[in-house]
Amino acid sequence: MHKKDLGLAVLVLCVGAVVAFVNPRFISPVNLANTANLIGLFGLFSIAEAFVIVTGGIELSIGSVIALLGVIFIDLIAVWGIAWPISLAIVLGLGVLIGLLHGWLVTRLHLQPFVVTLCGLLIYRGVARFYTRDGTAGFSFGSDFPMLEHIVAGRTAGIPHSVLAFGLAAVIAWFILHRTVFGRHLFAVGKNEVAARYAGIDTRRVIVSAYVLCIFLTAVSAVFFAMYTRSVQPASHGNFYELYGIAAAVLGGFSLRGGEGSIVGVVLGVILLQVLQNLVNLLGIPSSLNFAVMGSVILVGVIADTQISAYRERRRHMATMAGLAKPAADAG
Amino acid sequence: MPHIEKPISLELVGVTKVYPGVIALDNVSLNIRGGEVVGLIGENGAGKSTLMKVLGGTIAPDRGRIVIDGADIADLTPARAVELGIAFVHQELNPFGNLDVTANVLLGREIRKGRLGFLDGKAMEAKVSPLLEMLGTRFGPKDPVSALSLADQQLLEIARALSINVRLLILDEPTSSLTLSETQRLLDVIRRLRDDGVAILFITHRLGEVEEVADRVVGLRDGRSAGELAPAEINKDAMVRLMIGRDVSQFYETSGQAAGEIVLETRQLRTRTYPHEEVSLTLRGGEILGLAGLVGAGRSELARVLFGIDMPEAGTVEVLGETVPPGSVTEAIKAGICLVPEDRKSEGLFLDFSIAENISVPSLGSLSRHGFVDRDAELVLAKEARREFSIKAPKLERPAGELSGGNQQKIVLAKWLATRPKIIILDEPTRGIDVGAKAEVYHLMRLLAAQGAALLMISSDMEEVIGVSSRVMVMSRGRMTGVLQRHELSEENILRIAVE
Repeated sequence: MHKKDLGLAVLVLCVGAVVAFVNPRFISPVNLANTANLIGLFGLFSIAEAFVIVTGGIELSIGSVIALLGVIFIDLIAVWGIAWPISLAIVLGLGVLIGLLHGWLVTRLHLQPFVVTLCGLLIYRGVARFYTRDGTAGFSFGSDFPMLEHIVAGRTAGIPHSVLAFGLAAVIAWFILHRTVFGRHLFAVGKNEVAARYAGIDTRRVIVSAYVLCIFLTAVSAVFFAMYTRSVQPASHGNFYELYGIAAAVLGGFSLRGGEGSIVGVVLGVILLQVLQNLVNLLGIPSSLNFAVMGSVILVGVIADTQISAYRERRRHMATMAGLAKPAADAG
Repeated sequence: MPHIEKPISLELVGVTKVYPGVIALDNVSLNIRGGEVVGLIGENGAGKSTLMKVLGGTIAPDRGRIVIDGADIADLTPARAVELGIAFVHQELNPFGNLDVTANVLLGREIRKGRLGFLDGKAMEAKVSPLLEMLGTRFGPKDPVSALSLADQQLLEIARALSINVRLLILDEPTSSLTLSETQRLLDVIRRLRDDGVAILFITHRLGEVEEVADRVVGLRDGRSAGELAPAEINKDAMVRLMIGRDVSQFYETSGQAAGEIVLETRQLRTRTYPHEEVSLTLRGGEILGLAGLVGAGRSELARVLFGIDMPEAGTVEVLGETVPPGSVTEAIKAGICLVPEDRKSEGLFLDFSIAENISVPSLGSLSRHGFVDRDAELVLAKEARREFSIKAPKLERPAGELSGGNQQKIVLAKWLATRPKIIILDEPTRGIDVGAKAEVYHLMRLLAAQGAALLMISSDMEEVIGVSSRVMVMSRGRMTGVLQRHELSEENILRIAVE
């Protein structure tokens, strides 16, 4: 674990301890399970976002993709009556296609990721609303899918399955990013795309893969969200979720310039964000201040991080100066 | 015309500057007066840049005094330095390409008109025009900067320095990307400014230029003053001794090795920059083929096509008789070609990656199992490379960006050698690295050729081309204008063909 991750972990524990102290309901099983469920749901797409950010790109359409694919998934199983495994495959396939499209636009047409995914954000949201005629996609009364619901929204030994999915995704993502050749290539492309190309790395393929991986994982999270809310109102479903993902990644040490960050960091970032949300509820802070609290904590976190690095630099400087003074003093 | 009314007198006494883990300057003293050109030489990492920054007020020394015109300046800020008439021309030029010449020269010191702060274009132009005239530039005050050549950008920077009534002009490697005639023009300007009473601190690796223009030479070594040369003592050998503290014998080793079989051959190859010129190139194992020519002769473009970075306009590249699929770096590497690029910082290295990670990048395929990187094998490879290339780096986990230019270049070489290449293309392999490291790079190149690799070296340094190559191919405007054998190599012969 990096020092940065360790600092973030300490912060998470401190915030948790304070909340638990002020309002013991924080550590009640019901609240913990609920918070954990949210961590799982938000964690899936935050990890997805991290894969694009590490290449120096950004993915802004996550919230809209969650709305669009959620609408389509519910429509497929509830209205078209298609078996859920097939519907799931279709939705995941659509996710891969959207990822390919984004990657293609970025690498072949040389559009900026911000622009491509901003257009995606607008387009998918619009399509989702049009698809449902601005209504709500939901299950008709009495319909249920016990197996799907158990897998996606169920619990094992009191642990929500979204958390298990998030844990699994995090472990796989950690290995991919920190232990595989592909992961090394992701960092290389994010740090210096030209040098990566000159080193024989197929930079286009690496970048396209990052977007595909990102939207694929987003599609998985779209299914989880759809089954969690059980109805999707495309005008608001998933609004701002990409910003949660970016915030979690930034808290977790990812640089928006690319080439930096760790999966442990983004996991801790997700946990911190959800604990903060919970804190707003439990401490009786007006929920309208929700975003303000989150923004302030991220800002303070980032400032603390740069200040601590500057302090370390200064200490190294002092140490070198001291080392310099000693031989001089001996000589004199 | 800045006839200096009060020439500067500057003295640094016992200046020390420490960075985390490094002593950049250790008790360095230096003095310079108006009307003289002082050459500042030293290997990379010797402390030249730090010294410059101290003079410019961008960093404060941890110890020592700065005395200007007899007064102790305790807190030299960049603004104060400008007031005192200290100006820089940096090695890496960063003009604003979106603005014109006048706007660039007077950036931050624009002349205003009226209360609303409108720009007074006429007054600004009137101020800039005489400066350009004095420098004898070919561009005018209204020209867009984006169209200027590197040499003209250099002059633009000097014009900028003159516009603040410069008394001390510091030039950092001003000629590193200039052609011969452009360099001469710049040296003329330097002489003229000196005669006007400006003090000039000239920092360069090109010892020939120092010899030509400097009145005095000051050497730095490992952050300490290494000594000074009086006018009569200025010659290349003395300067090299000053820089590295010993003689460099056998700087260039000549090899009597016979070239082996043909390793690389091009067929009707044409680059997109020169779509009408065919380049036929044959490269044999064990030889170092120098590729000479003026800037813009199409040498780097050829290298980029050979290495698969650019698609060729037409034609093919064959390695050992097999056609290499065009336009793919991956395929080129598979065929055994590698490139040590000209711009090592942006094309050759990941500065924030560790040394070990940099060395392993092209070999990750063989250093991994089922897509997972074998980090022990990676470290073993890096350790071997460090020993083999005598890379001076105590810790392989530290970022490559912390090393000196010479050691960085060795990392780039090392990372390719781990892939056992048959053909090594080197684009300006010793640009911006110091004399000691240069000798080591040449030695490594010899060694590689002796092991049977074919080397193609692009270089604008004539002395290097003649000293290192076993054969030289000369290019001019995309065309191959001649091939010279070892015994025919001379600066004159090469230049004659290069300007054809």
